[in-house]
Amino acid sequence: MTESTVTAPLATDGRIETAVQRMRRHQRLVLTLRLAVLVFLIGGWEFGVRLGVIDPFFFGQPSGIVTKLIDWTENGTSIGPLWKQIWVTIYEAGAGFLIGSVMGILCGIALGRNQLLSDVFSIYIKVANSIPRVVLGSIFIVALGLGAASKIALAVVMVFFVVFANAFQGVREADKNLIANARILGASNWQMTRAVVLPSALSWILASLHVSFGFALVGAIVGEFLGAREGMGLLIATAQGSFDSNGVFAAMIVIAIVALLAEWILTMIENRLLTWRPDTTVNE
Amino acid sequence: MTAIASPSAVALKNVARRFVTPSGDVLSALEDFDLSIAPGEFMAVVGPTGCGKSTTLGLIAGLARPQGGEVTLFDAPVTGVDRRVGFVFQQDAVFPWRDVLGNVMAGPLFRGVPKDRAEAAARDWIIRVGLKGFEHHHPHQLSGGMRKRVALAQTFINNPQVLLMDEPFSALDVQTRELMQEELLQLWAQAKSAVLFVTHDLDEAILLADRVAVLTTRPARVKSVHTIDLPRPRDVATLRYDERFIAIARKISDDLREEVLRARAGH
Repeated sequence: MTESTVTAPLATDGRIETAVQRMRRHQRLVLTLRLAVLVFLIGGWEFGVRLGVIDPFFFGQPSGIVTKLIDWTENGTSIGPLWKQIWVTIYEAGAGFLIGSVMGILCGIALGRNQLLSDVFSIYIKVANSIPRVVLGSIFIVALGLGAASKIALAVVMVFFVVFANAFQGVREADKNLIANARILGASNWQMTRAVVLPSALSWILASLHVSFGFALVGAIVGEFLGAREGMGLLIATAQGSFDSNGVFAAMIVIAIVALLAEWILTMIENRLLTWRPDTTVNE
Repeated sequence: MTAIASPSAVALKNVARRFVTPSGDVLSALEDFDLSIAPGEFMAVVGPTGCGKSTTLGLIAGLARPQGGEVTLFDAPVTGVDRRVGFVFQQDAVFPWRDVLGNVMAGPLFRGVPKDRAEAAARDWIIRVGLKGFEHHHPHQLSGGMRKRVALAQTFINNPQVLLMDEPFSALDVQTRELMQEELLQLWAQAKSAVLFVTHDLDEAILLADRVAVLTTRPARVKSVHTIDLPRPRDVATLRYDERFIAIARKISDDLREEVLRARAGH
């Protein structure tokens, strides 16, 4: 027995080391292959254009897109400085996202906690949810004008339903045992909502926030398409108007970077809020 | 059951509880159910699976209302969740997003005790259930037995005069269960609350209780009540090999087997 306990750790140590090495090697391989795919796609695109297989008038050209981005950052766009356009779109999407998600969370919890309210309103929410909401953009432009308000309103509408549906579901899925336990421990209705219902709905709500920032961006940009004086959507519409496909792709890349940054921030917030979850604390 | 004149911590008289199934049938969980528990008494309830043991606890806790009869706590009818009642659930019911300290102090905080006093009491109870050093662990970092200790501390910190336990140790392995039974008896000896302990494990019922009630198959009635006159303090680890224990177990298990067989025939 004692012999085996002396030798066993050494053996497993050696095995663990090779396992770590194998994992590292695998990670390096994945990274290399990923880069290879990127180089192949972008390079293929560029070469396709140079060889005359792909028409740059319709599909742009990677080097042209990069030149465009450099031109925009150095000389500004046709509708003003690039940073201004990015900021306007972030502001509209961000404001719409905040207002929409707060409203969605509040309504979702209220309806999830109240049977009568949910029975009465569930049908209207279903109807409203089935309407293609982007169409409302036109109404908002007419009602609220060409400024930020109409874009924020559209982003709010885009975000609200996603967050609402998830908050509602999260409240409904709250563990019945936990609720019974809290009631017996002496929780009032309000304490129950705060101490049990909200935390258990939180993972649902946070999951919906990931998706809905993307929707808020769509709302803001579509709103800018429909009528605006500034913003990334207008920049795309302008590029489209002048048959500048490189401009459209360049704006698309800028928006993708914004979306990725927002996603990263949301993941950080999520990890902070859900430290009690087994899968997030393991990495600490 | 002639203990009407003596004071009771919990009493159920002619209680009926019926459910309407989704298909529209009426399912009777309890009919003519009579049971009374004296203050400070440890009562265990055994019966076939699905006979309505948990239903009984829900009625006493005020989580559900009976369709007939009367449920009383200290001779006053139950109208809702009562502050004198504590409940330990079969499944984990500790809050996964709170650490051990937060879980144990939840009850006092809900009941309006100032935070510093609630925390002091919680730290005291954490020591009593042997979880010192785990104050800031979250439930998923604890073993099943430790989570049960959290649940016990969470319940006992509210000083319940009536303690309802719904197969609390059934999910634990045999060794841990024995430890927890021992622990429960110690806590109960200090708290002196009336206990209604539901279990499907007859040995557990006899080891712990002053009296054991055997329920009939659905709809549940009290078939018989057996007084367990084994001396206290009891040693959970060795008592089950005692001759008196075996004699009692044999007597009650004949009673119980009859019902289990009837329950099986009914399905």
